[in-house]
Amino acid sequence: MAHGNRPGRPSGGRGGSPSHSARERILVLPGEELPTHGLRPGTGTYRTSGKVYASVLGFVQERPPFVQVTPLSGRYIPKPDDTIIGYVADVQGTFWLLDIGAPRWAPLHMTGTPWKIEIGETDRYLRIGDAVVVRVENLDPTGRIGVTMVGEGLGRLEGGTIVTVSPAKIPRVIGRKGSMIESITQITGARVAVGQNGRIWIDGTPEAIVQVRKALEMIEGTGHRSGLTERVQELLRSSPRAAPTEKVRLPPNPSRPSLDRADPVPGDPEETEPPADEH
Amino acid sequence: MGSVGAKEVPVLLSPEGLRIDGRHLEELRSIRIVAGALHGADGSAFVEWGANKVMAAVYGPREVHPRHLQQNNKAIVQCRYNMAAFSVDERKRPGLDRRSQEISKVISEAFESVIFAEEFPRTSIDIYIEVLQANAGTRCAGVVAASVALADAGIPMVDLLPAVAVGKVGGAIALDLKKEEDNYGEADLPMALVPQSGRLVLLQMEGHMTREELAKALDLGVTGCRAIYEKMKQALRDRYASGGGAA
Repeated sequence: MAHGNRPGRPSGGRGGSPSHSARERILVLPGEELPTHGLRPGTGTYRTSGKVYASVLGFVQERPPFVQVTPLSGRYIPKPDDTIIGYVADVQGTFWLLDIGAPRWAPLHMTGTPWKIEIGETDRYLRIGDAVVVRVENLDPTGRIGVTMVGEGLGRLEGGTIVTVSPAKIPRVIGRKGSMIESITQITGARVAVGQNGRIWIDGTPEAIVQVRKALEMIEGTGHRSGLTERVQELLRSSPRAAPTEKVRLPPNPSRPSLDRADPVPGDPEETEPPADEH
Repeated sequence: MGSVGAKEVPVLLSPEGLRIDGRHLEELRSIRIVAGALHGADGSAFVEWGANKVMAAVYGPREVHPRHLQQNNKAIVQCRYNMAAFSVDERKRPGLDRRSQEISKVISEAFESVIFAEEFPRTSIDIYIEVLQANAGTRCAGVVAASVALADAGIPMVDLLPAVAVGKVGGAIALDLKKEEDNYGEADLPMALVPQSGRLVLLQMEGHMTREELAKALDLGVTGCRAIYEKMKQALRDRYASGGGAA
């Protein structure tokens, strides 16, 4: 059935032919018949007796050779190379289980960390409730989600606060080529790390954190209306603390790599590639 | 009948063919559906249906607890239907009873048949239905609320699942019984329909009907379900149509 493949990864098709999806956003509900225009049923759809129906609530998108429904809600569905924020849900002898907001917990093996750990000593490094930035490394067909903490910008999160938005809104939080997140961090002076799973880590002065939260609320609430970047900038500039706060410098911490990915780092692919079709 | 101490049976059907609350035989009570009424759940809905008030919350797909219930080829669908102690005139003893266990089971099975559970192996999709105020037809209101909540949670499924009860009152087949009609009527027939295929995935009956009456009741119920279906879709559109789907 068409359900085998998950949304969001039409192999290599990201950003292909946005002309189809760009303007005509048709909301469909489960059970509604889709006009196929000769296309095959893709993700978020199913076919019975020659007709194609939506299986989830979302927008219809024609992406030849498929017609698919992009869901508007639902849990985070992991994709390889996504950078995500997880909470430690369980500690075992050689690995941790992370709650990443997906249908299942993701095991983080101790070999996937920058640390040298003896078996049974895992809880000296990460405990239940700790927050970590990890990257999705592989997904196997049984649904197991392999993650790693080795890499640029990955590691344990200390300080700051984490807010959750719908994973479907993350492309808007990042903005085209990272423009949205860049203006948020520049105006507020906060340090922000965005996880593709909808969790956003913010650190900085209390005022800066409040401002970023407000901006995120605006993006989640009215992100579909035009001029979003301008509206967010206006919101941040017009708030009581108009002047940009000086950048927060946390003491260097060798156990935690820099998370300042909001700074436009050349060669950092993370935020420069929002899924192209969402704009 | 006519047992000692039994209350006077109210007149359920007037000579003009109107029911105890003035409705026609084929008329539904008023229904209001709100999609996404709760914050903590993955999906939720609130349904006011006549004097019924029902809240539904959906969590998942998520890890299965206890582990041994997990199935390695598909998600399990677990439903808990519960009536609040204050949902009825006389305080109800809180917690699971045989009635709510049965209803939980039939609702779980109804949703199992429409959810594409193979997409999420080794997980659980949990549906919680809380009846805050009851006035007959709460299992149907629960199915309607849960179904909207499942769509709100982004769970893939064949279709939404409208549900309604048909009954026999004063010798006539009537749509969507209210409490007095349910208590003193001759039969009650709750059902849940898959509009896309026309299948019934929940059907129970209490009381007696002739074959002809049953056939008529099923037809009437399917018509009622289709009317409710439209309201369910509208509730979801109201929440998501702007393209936002705000939190």
